[in-house]
Amino acid sequence: MILTGRSDLPLDKDEHSRFLPWLIAFMVFLSILAVAGMLVLNATASRWDVGVRGNLTVQIVPTDDAAADEARLNEVLTVLATAPEVARYDALDETRLIRLLEPWVGPSTEKGDLPLPRLIDVELKQATNFTSGDLGARLSERVKGVAIDDHRVWLDRLVRMIETFEALALVVLLFITMATVGTVVFTTRTGLAIHREAIEVLHLIGAHDEYIARQFASRALGLGIRGGLLGLVLALPTLWMLAHLAASLDERLLPDIGFGPWHWALLLAMPVSVALIAMTTAKVTVLKNLARML
Amino acid sequence: MIPENDEPIVRFENIGLRYGLGREVLKDVSFALAPGSFHFLVGESGAGKSSLLKLIYLALRPTRGNISLFGHEIASTPRDDLSALRRQIGVVFQEFKLLNHLSAFDNVALPMRVARAKRKDVDRHVTELLAWVGLKDHMQARPPTLSGGQQQRVAIARAVISRPSLLLADEPTGNVDDQMGLRLIHLFEELNRLGTSVIIATHSKQLVERLGYSQLQLTDGRLAIIPGRAEAEAAVAASVETAAEAEDIQNQHPDSRRVAAGEEDLYDNASGVESYL
Ligand SMILES: Nc1ncnc2c1ncn2[C@@H]1O[C@H](COP(=O)(O)OP(=O)(O)OP(=O)(O)O)[C@@H](O)[C@H]1O
Ligand SMILES: [Mg+2]
Repeated sequence: MILTGRSDLPLDKDEHSRFLPWLIAFMVFLSILAVAGMLVLNATASRWDVGVRGNLTVQIVPTDDAAADEARLNEVLTVLATAPEVARYDALDETRLIRLLEPWVGPSTEKGDLPLPRLIDVELKQATNFTSGDLGARLSERVKGVAIDDHRVWLDRLVRMIETFEALALVVLLFITMATVGTVVFTTRTGLAIHREAIEVLHLIGAHDEYIARQFASRALGLGIRGGLLGLVLALPTLWMLAHLAASLDERLLPDIGFGPWHWALLLAMPVSVALIAMTTAKVTVLKNLARML
Repeated sequence: MIPENDEPIVRFENIGLRYGLGREVLKDVSFALAPGSFHFLVGESGAGKSSLLKLIYLALRPTRGNISLFGHEIASTPRDDLSALRRQIGVVFQEFKLLNHLSAFDNVALPMRVARAKRKDVDRHVTELLAWVGLKDHMQARPPTLSGGQQQRVAIARAVISRPSLLLADEPTGNVDDQMGLRLIHLFEELNRLGTSVIIATHSKQLVERLGYSQLQLTDGRLAIIPGRAEAEAAVAASVETAAEAEDIQNQHPDSRRVAAGEEDLYDNASGVESYL
């Protein structure tokens, strides 16, 4: 009875519900994009998190005394060499530093012209109980004028931005749900009005409200599934295109997020859940409406 | 939903009915019908016959008074239980109310499907009954392509298909010739013999006279009950002392059974319906 079965009401001939699959297709299309976007953001955030969390930069603030600076650098390097959680470290020599700064301070800069900080790039071991904060604390204890940049501020800001986007996607999903429910309610009410006389006959013959509601519900489910599949068919190529576009733009910023089976299942669940929402909405609408009959 | 012992199948107590703010269409209507009874409902056009039937088949609520069906007071019955009561009532609507998008077959099958009957039973019963009302060749026809009389027969078949405890028919023979009319009435009598209570609203004085059942007579919204021949005879036999007087009455009211016997040829192919009933 749900998908094929006979119906006592000629709901499949209703003109007014013809547009419903298209609308649902659009809703499913949007919801798939929103969810896919959310998944990408989520994956990106956790990658950045992992990638950045194991990295820190130690900066030795320069003084007028170059020899003392050199001594402090060596002391920091000794600490790093003996720290158990450090996987790798690399002190940037001054020529490289000058080259890095060229775009900002100009090409003429000579060694010694400017007091330059010494930078050491540190990478922590993956599985370690120590955080970058622990190492920073130990370094500052041993050596004066050492600044630790563990990218925390930058990372936190990024994570907050991603969370904002995710919330936005959730709002989009909420609106999609509301729009679907509203449209189905409207379509169902129109159907109830069109078939009022036939419904009255069914009612007088002794049909339960459920019996009548089921006919509207299975019609809405049918339209919902049709629209959902259409939306899916439109959304998948779009996703593929966007993924390629993003990859060609900046491979490092948006690492290839391989969608796992769970991600695909979630995307496929979109048309199914929209169809189920349509079915339930139709059913509830009819039951509410019939409750007014004697 | 089985009526309790001796409980009237329909009971009206001081029923008043008004459509909106209009005048009162039914006024202080009270009566009780015993299970298995057969009544004609008569009265001029506009007297309120259809309105009274609508109250019984629960399409309307009275403005005042109490209605009980099968021993259940309607006003205090939960809405969810009303559909079970409705399934006990077969209705031939004055305007048929067939579903035009469904075939004759599907229209007649509707009450059985609503009651979740087995598909096999639905097919068998509907086919037999439609054949019996002479629509064997029109099973798949849609109502708009049928004549008025054919539509009426579909409507009647739909009303009796699930063997209701109470059958209400609003002008059920208005669109068919006399022979088909009698045949349909015989169907109702057959159902009645098997225990269904029957109320037939009709304008046909001829039909009422001929069959001699009790009458519910509506005059300007008020109800009077005119006993049928059988009841009148019983009353007369009880109250009248002399046989001569009783004989006199007999002559005025020819025995209904004899009339029916004279009509036997019309019922000859009625046997088919017995297997269904
Ligand atoms: N839905 C309605 N709204 C308002 N008034 C109505 C409605 N239905 C019936 N009436 C009025 O109630 C009165 C009785 O109508 P009803 O249909 O019960 O008469 P009836 O005895 O069945 O007549 P007929 O023999 O012509 O079928 C009429 O005066 C009619 O105008
Ligand atoms: Mg009428």
